[in-house]
Amino acid sequence: MNLTLRIWRQKDAKSEGRMVEYKAANVSPDMSLLEMLDVVNEELIKKGESPIAFDHDCREGICGACGLVINGVAHGGFGGTTTCQIHMRKYKDGDTLTLEPWRAGPFPVIRDLTVDRNSFDRIIQSGGFVSVNAGGAPDGNALPVPKEKAESAMDAAACIGCGACAAACKNASAMLFVAAKVSHLANLPQGQAERYRRALRMISQHDREGFGNCTNQYECEAVCPKKISVKFIAQLNREYMRASLTGAARE
Amino acid sequence: MAVTLNSRIPGGPLAQKWERHRFEMKLVNPANKRKYHVLVVGTGLAGASAAASLAELGYTVETFCFQDSPRRAHSIAAQGGINAAKNYQNDGDSIYRLYYDTIKGGDFRSREANVYRLAQISVEIIDQCVAQGVPFAREYGGLLANRSFGGAQVSRTFYCRGQTGQQLLLGAYQALSRQISLGHVVSHPRAEMLDLVVIDGRARGIVTRNLVTGAIQAHVGDAVILATGGYANVFYLSTNAIACNVTATYRAYKKGAFFANPCYTQIHPTCIPVSGEHQSKLTLMSESLRNDGRVWVSKKPGDTRHPSQIPDSDRDYYLERMYPSFGNLAPRDISSRAAKRVCDEGRGVGPGARGVYLDFADAIKRDGRAKIHEKYDNLFEMYERITGENAYEQPMRIYPAPHYTMGGLWVDYNLMSNLPGLFVLGEANFSDHGANRLGASALMQGLADGYFIIPYTIGDYFANNAKVVGQSARPAVDHAEFKTAEAEAVARTSRLLSAKGKKTPAEFHREVGRLMWDNCGMARNEQGLKELIRKLPAYRESFWNEILIPGSREELNGTLERAGRVLDFLEFAELLALDALTRNESCGGHFREEYQYEDGEAKRNDEKFQNVSAWEYAGPRKEPILHSEPLEFTEVKPTVRSYK
Repeated sequence: MNLTLRIWRQKDAKSEGRMVEYKAANVSPDMSLLEMLDVVNEELIKKGESPIAFDHDCREGICGACGLVINGVAHGGFGGTTTCQIHMRKYKDGDTLTLEPWRAGPFPVIRDLTVDRNSFDRIIQSGGFVSVNAGGAPDGNALPVPKEKAESAMDAAACIGCGACAAACKNASAMLFVAAKVSHLANLPQGQAERYRRALRMISQHDREGFGNCTNQYECEAVCPKKISVKFIAQLNREYMRASLTGAARE
Repeated sequence: MAVTLNSRIPGGPLAQKWERHRFEMKLVNPANKRKYHVLVVGTGLAGASAAASLAELGYTVETFCFQDSPRRAHSIAAQGGINAAKNYQNDGDSIYRLYYDTIKGGDFRSREANVYRLAQISVEIIDQCVAQGVPFAREYGGLLANRSFGGAQVSRTFYCRGQTGQQLLLGAYQALSRQISLGHVVSHPRAEMLDLVVIDGRARGIVTRNLVTGAIQAHVGDAVILATGGYANVFYLSTNAIACNVTATYRAYKKGAFFANPCYTQIHPTCIPVSGEHQSKLTLMSESLRNDGRVWVSKKPGDTRHPSQIPDSDRDYYLERMYPSFGNLAPRDISSRAAKRVCDEGRGVGPGARGVYLDFADAIKRDGRAKIHEKYDNLFEMYERITGENAYEQPMRIYPAPHYTMGGLWVDYNLMSNLPGLFVLGEANFSDHGANRLGASALMQGLADGYFIIPYTIGDYFANNAKVVGQSARPAVDHAEFKTAEAEAVARTSRLLSAKGKKTPAEFHREVGRLMWDNCGMARNEQGLKELIRKLPAYRESFWNEILIPGSREELNGTLERAGRVLDFLEFAELLALDALTRNESCGGHFREEYQYEDGEAKRNDEKFQNVSAWEYAGPRKEPILHSEPLEFTEVKPTVRSYK
């Protein structure tokens, strides 16, 4: 099949960007979307032009590196899918695909479709961990964890940190990302000691990075490749409230 | 052959070596630890766990990764699980059994003392990860769940749904993040190591390129840790992430570190078959599927019937037939070769006939669709997304693909290479898996190296060399060797950019990868290897003239990054092929067609090859020098590895 691509090109963080049109010819339906872009890039290189820069690595939907806004929807809108896992059989001959980078202030564009997501790393650094050093941990079975709790923690922990939640949100809120980590650890006994401090610190870092507030539009859940539920944002709100009331806020 | 490889295996009985060694190693006074600076390259399981643990002890640490965040290393892709000899299932597991399985699984080509230590430490890893909040699967009673996995007859594998690697890496990444927030670690994402700096025979630092600005910069340390993963992308198509590369370890090799057993590559039996020329990578379907799926092909060559039209009597469940006691769970190398054999006989399935069926019909009949859904739905979903086929309705098609590399830089018992101050962890080193790795053992090894070995052994190195390493003895960043290494890295990238030829890095990579897969893949023979060794230098030579890289050095330039990695793969391919040619035996993942039993099983030659081949770089266009470390087995007697 043959497609028209409209792609955001921007030389670097300081330059102005613009949409540029490309033709993708003889696209196989078995190709992934990124493989289609590989082919376009090979042609650009052959012409001595700079290829379209986009982040990607594992190409099996788990590393969280890739992420494009495809026709206005983060990760393309196929439900529970990262950009790298979209195959061209989802589109038809003659389609036009508009490809843009994540759009959120705290994700500045580095080049073309590549953005800087270090803000997410800094949010984790602010408290998204359990403070235990290597060595001296008790036996893994010393503390039973009810299966339902473990499953719920795993549901939240499945976040791959791609940033689609913030990219999809009209407020550029990354609450789903923060909620996933806070809930993952709050639902396990190992996370209890720092439970409230963690919630407060991560939210405060989230705000400091310039992410917006949640206004319950649920766009994040709709685009999340790991289908993380917004119920974790509700849990985050409860954690935050309790933390504010228990005095952890004053620490 | 002037160099003797000193593996520094401690004395005493096997089970007490690590204990004894920990006592014998010197310690660094807590107050002095901050005077030692460690550079960690790679932030996967091994690198992140090492960086976090060293910082916890008080060392100052810098980490480097080419990804945009330390959380994205390819450890995340491991689906199946992590082994530990906990014996929680009361099914007869023990440290000794895990050790024995790993030694046997490695086809008696791994270092016994390292493997035993790995089995001992496995137990602590699980405890550590649980304490970090890794959400392992649990039973209803709240205790940890286990499954049997990849060639083991006991259930010793711990898992987090199909995301074990991701969750373990997040545990390590979070521990690392905590140390970054405390100011003990400085993290450099989007930074690629281009060279190792060696002064007076010691590793003293690295040169990196900032992938955003293009700045080439030297970093000085008292020790360098490489945890940069494996080289399966030498085959172009593999289950590795696109950017996985051999550059860091190959650069270290060119600076004097020995490369051990490069020919030990693992081909994973359960990957989704290739669909066309455009393919950029192969996707692994977790081996855990083999617990319930049955592998088969038609008994007749060229059978083009739909699988549902092939009656049971016409099906060959070849793994169950050939290996009745292990059946569909036969180890990876054995299953992979069996798949190749039936496809070579013309019995392959799917487009191109390079595939075999993995059928869940019986499991669905036995346990119900709901149960299979609960266990494997994410995998079935992934399969459908890629192939457009529903594995509940028709069997999956699978085929082996390069997946992991057991070879790597040579290290001693302390995980230090022959270059003092250069430590190598995880898949990047060679020591624990011999010629074949068992399932769920890579995560175990990466974390054992990072959490529980390097924190002790690096201290011993510092304490023993206190006069020459550490704050007061550290060379300045403008030391001549650093300046030279920087200038060389700049010159090399400039030369690549100036070629303005006609071929892209991907084209070179694809051509050489195909050549490697055909001649040095699942099965190898002398003639093919000689042919390969004859052909490879031409690619390496022509690369410099024919490569085409648009853009400049001072910007984000993916083509330039790739060109550098591909060039290292081209050179490294020659070393891999040479190692495969000189190892005149079959063992584990290294299968030489000349050396097999009548039934097609690998035939080792213990008399000549019960050793490690460690290669020393001898200069451009010169054949590398082979050093050999004999392997001794005090507890087990090498036998023919049988899974019948």
